[in-house]
Amino acid sequence: MNANDIGLERVGPAEWTLEKRDDMRVPGRIIADPATIDQLLSDIEGKKEWNALEQVHNVACLPGIVGASIALPDVHPGYGFPIGGVGAFGLDEGVAVVGGVGFDINCGVRLLASSRTVEEVRPLLAQLADALYAAVPAGLGAEGSLRLSVKEIDRVLQDGAHEAVRRGYGTAEDLRVIEEEGRFPGADPGTVSALAKQRQVRQVGTLGSGNHYLEVQVVDAVDDPEAARAYGLSAGQVVVSIHTGSRALGHQIGQDYLKEIGEASRRYGIPVRERELVCAPIDSPEGKRYLAAAACGANCAFANRQVIAHLVRGAFEEVLGARAALRTVYDIGHNNVKRERHRVEGKDRTLLVHRKGSTRAFGPGRDESPARYRAVGHPILVGGTMGTASYVLRGTPLGMEKVFGSGIHGAGRALSRKKAAKKYWGKTVIESMAQDGILVRAHSARGIAEEAPGAYKDVERVVQAAVDAGINRVVARLRPLAVVKG
Amino acid sequence: MAGFEYLDHTADVALRGFGASVEEAFCAAARGLFGLMVELESVDETRSVSVSVHAETLEYLLVEWLSRLLAEKDLLGLVLSRFAVRIERHAKGVALSGTAWGERLDPRRHGAMVEVKGITYAGLRVWEQEGQWIAQCVVDT
Repeated sequence: MNANDIGLERVGPAEWTLEKRDDMRVPGRIIADPATIDQLLSDIEGKKEWNALEQVHNVACLPGIVGASIALPDVHPGYGFPIGGVGAFGLDEGVAVVGGVGFDINCGVRLLASSRTVEEVRPLLAQLADALYAAVPAGLGAEGSLRLSVKEIDRVLQDGAHEAVRRGYGTAEDLRVIEEEGRFPGADPGTVSALAKQRQVRQVGTLGSGNHYLEVQVVDAVDDPEAARAYGLSAGQVVVSIHTGSRALGHQIGQDYLKEIGEASRRYGIPVRERELVCAPIDSPEGKRYLAAAACGANCAFANRQVIAHLVRGAFEEVLGARAALRTVYDIGHNNVKRERHRVEGKDRTLLVHRKGSTRAFGPGRDESPARYRAVGHPILVGGTMGTASYVLRGTPLGMEKVFGSGIHGAGRALSRKKAAKKYWGKTVIESMAQDGILVRAHSARGIAEEAPGAYKDVERVVQAAVDAGINRVVARLRPLAVVKG
Repeated sequence: MAGFEYLDHTADVALRGFGASVEEAFCAAARGLFGLMVELESVDETRSVSVSVHAETLEYLLVEWLSRLLAEKDLLGLVLSRFAVRIERHAKGVALSGTAWGERLDPRRHGAMVEVKGITYAGLRVWEQEGQWIAQCVVDT
């Protein structure tokens, strides 16, 4: 497949434009390295039923989309939106898109920084891994220690991480360094089905499975001393990353609203190229309901990561003593929809920005960033694969212009679960990681095979493409020491 | 012959159930769904749950059926391995009533794997081909 055939043109070292054709209301903008583009083109050539370029194209056809339909370097086929997708819509003519968020609403990463160095932690690492494995419920069917009634769940949906702190999980200090201060505005528990709440009753404070994880990491390299200082990160420091989302509650909200918004799409006569792209006008009753429910899902995820952070602190204290103190560096989601101010063609506008497998990445000077980070911009937390590195990045002024202040979220899958499970054995993956000095504690061996580092794109390349395009900057690289998986 | 298979989809899993009737294909797809999460052979049939769902088309009915089973997994803590359904067409669409058998999830004994988050409408198709019914969808993991 030739890029020209579909109107794909390279316009920068790591930037491509998908020409506006037929029903597209805006062009596509793809930030990626040439190898990723080759992969996307070969998916079209191979007539793969799912391909990300077609998804970029389909999103570009939605009513009210502004600027461009965007894909970031970790792009791969999703359903509806591509993973790594960003779509911003005008409030008057735009739409709320269920597939722009997906099932795992506000899936994201919390980064905690300890006051210990790798030398201090290394001798106790196995004990620490065991303690974390015991402390944090993970894997299929795991139940949280926090049992809430459906009524109590409503408070979680309304207040997010604030409700977790109120119940004694963590401190008010944590809340200052969570995206949206741990509470999405506009959440209305009345828009969330009883079924969604009932499914969640036992799942608050659970990690889940699949690509979700808990990692003890060391700050391996600092590339941007000024920002690292602002974030309180230094080389050799031990940190913890928590990657999880809104669990069953978010999943059920996604399922419920795919159906409800699907019916609304037809009522409003919105042409939908793919069922997963069902949408409703932002100001319609259905659109408002979905956005209020998505905010509930986001709050549930914030509360979930807040509870888990507290459990992690307990395990650290047990093994390393109270003075290992874990401070929250930041907490940011990568499946979200929210209202944001952006400068478009010289005018300030409020837009509804969907990010599916991408994070907010506001550069310096935005007042949405916590005060202590405002001068450099808030951190972007990029999850690596089990065996490779994770990154802390930050946004740039160019990123504000080109991609609505968005950042990459991870390596992105290269192999399907099926192919990965065929290619790798869980036990062998664990052994080979142990040889690299990384301890793995996992609830499922098959899960480990499916999540083998080789099943993902090279995270370094993904990060490099974002840097080459000028949308994100590297602050620090994190290397795993111990991994807890569902 | 009824059965299920998994097709390649980078981010997620495309699931296909097949059988001599649409009912068999729906049951096979349900087995395929739980086959992603546990070792089906390890599941005893000590509990059962009844499910009734309806939709405008067979495709949407497949989503309703599988997503309802996912919800039951969390509500009752069950894993399910055997299914029987009846599908009837009526003026407004199609209705399914069925029973699923399984037991309480024991992650260790059931060889727990990845948790399925949702049933998507991507690649959603239910069709008959050379006397065989096929029910296909992509699930999010």
